[in-house]
Amino acid sequence: MLTLEGLHVYYGGIHALKGISLMVEEGEIVTLIGANGAGKSTTLRAISGLVRPRSGRILFEQQPLHTLPADRIVRLGITHVPEGRRVFASLSVRENLQLGAYSRRDRGEITADLHRVYELFPRLGERQNQSAGTLSGGEQQMLAIGRALMARPRLLLLDEPSMGLAPLLVMEIFRIIKEINHGGTTILLVEQNANQALRVAHRAYVLQSGEIVREGPAAEVAQDPEVRRAYLGGDVA
Amino acid sequence: MVEFLQQIINGLSLGSIYALIALGYTMVYGILKLINFAHGDVYMVGAFAGYYAAAVFHWSFVPALLFAMAGAAVLGVAIERIAYRPLRNATRIATLITAIGVSLLLENLGIVVLHPEPRAFPDLVQLRMVRLGALYINNRQLVIVLVATILMIALQWVVNRTRIGQAMRAVAEDQDTARLMGINVDRVISFTFALGSALAAAAGVLVGLYYGRIDPLMGIMPGLKAFVAAVLGGIGLIPGAMVGGLVMGVAEVMVVAFLSSTWKDAVAFAILIVILLVRPSGLLGRAVREKV
Repeated sequence: MLTLEGLHVYYGGIHALKGISLMVEEGEIVTLIGANGAGKSTTLRAISGLVRPRSGRILFEQQPLHTLPADRIVRLGITHVPEGRRVFASLSVRENLQLGAYSRRDRGEITADLHRVYELFPRLGERQNQSAGTLSGGEQQMLAIGRALMARPRLLLLDEPSMGLAPLLVMEIFRIIKEINHGGTTILLVEQNANQALRVAHRAYVLQSGEIVREGPAAEVAQDPEVRRAYLGGDVA
Repeated sequence: MVEFLQQIINGLSLGSIYALIALGYTMVYGILKLINFAHGDVYMVGAFAGYYAAAVFHWSFVPALLFAMAGAAVLGVAIERIAYRPLRNATRIATLITAIGVSLLLENLGIVVLHPEPRAFPDLVQLRMVRLGALYINNRQLVIVLVATILMIALQWVVNRTRIGQAMRAVAEDQDTARLMGINVDRVISFTFALGSALAAAAGVLVGLYYGRIDPLMGIMPGLKAFVAAVLGGIGLIPGAMVGGLVMGVAEVMVVAFLSSTWKDAVAFAILIVILLVRPSGLLGRAVREKV
């Protein structure tokens, strides 16, 4: 479904991605783990068109993405939930969700999807007229995910959805990620919480200083001694 | 007391004009963090477009007004496209200097093409005095306030109730995330320039109607004062521009009426200095807080 081939991205003088290649198949949850600054977010930003690669290719069902502007990429069925949630704080919860459906024109269906999101996240329904800036961190994360679902993505890019959340909420978010995937949406998940990410994912890539150093089925990657030492905190499995 | 109320009325009609111009400054600032110093000159071009529609094509008030608004909207979009868009990723100071350059270009083109001597603006609305108790109101003042009010209500509707308005607010808050929603940010920016320029043109036609004369440099002083009005209300805030404009208009008229007309222009800049010292985020602005 999605293929990255030899992707190089520079930020000013910094060589953020050094020729990474990866693949996501339809229906999968693929996770990209690695330390801070390894290039995980940059990879997602390149896919969604927020940064342009210097070289290499990004293909979504054979169609090149690396030449398209971000707003066109959304229309192809790829939605990116950015790091730090980035909800529109001064807009209401409902307006945030409506903006998620900005690329669509089917009004009736949009309203139906709005109710589906409220079913998935009842808290958002209760707070639909509140401005998004007044929500708690967990609620904002739910809003960011709900907003992304409003575009009816076929591929969902999630950047650190568990960041800064209480343990109980982290569990909840990962449960929802699985649920979304069961509904037929392919997911590329970037996480620092490697433990949880490897548990929900089918396959994993380990990114280190802009290069992929390990890849394979999530269960195998989770058993890799090197990965366990660096990202999983020793013996915790 | 009567004199005071009379001056309030004069101030509100002048203030409506400042408010209409200030809205363009504040909307563009809200989205691009750019003070579009060419905005006062767009107001001038709008006044001339209204003038030609009325004097040459003999159109009546409303069509002339709409023609001026449409013409200025096209000009505003063109300015952004040609002068500002190539500098989208440049430093803010580079864009600011460019804005001053565009302003000087429009003023001097105006002198060359339109000639520097003032022209009489056609009497699109027959002058009458309306009596209201002990007060006399010039019906053109009523037209100014009425048109300004209608336009501001329409603007609020567009910004708060339409899809493109929602996109404008999203882009003002976070451009990258707006892109991730599928919003074409360039198109939203063009739309913002069109909207702001159309409002400035309406102000230009209303001023032509009120003072009866226009010239190619007419945009300089009202442009600066409307900028002060936008800062006074809280730059980037649409209601702030409305409030700031009205306060500026009333303040200016009061100073002329009760102090001295030599202070007419000084009052605007005195307000600017005071607001920047005392409340830099403006009357309606909240102090900027860091939020994690």
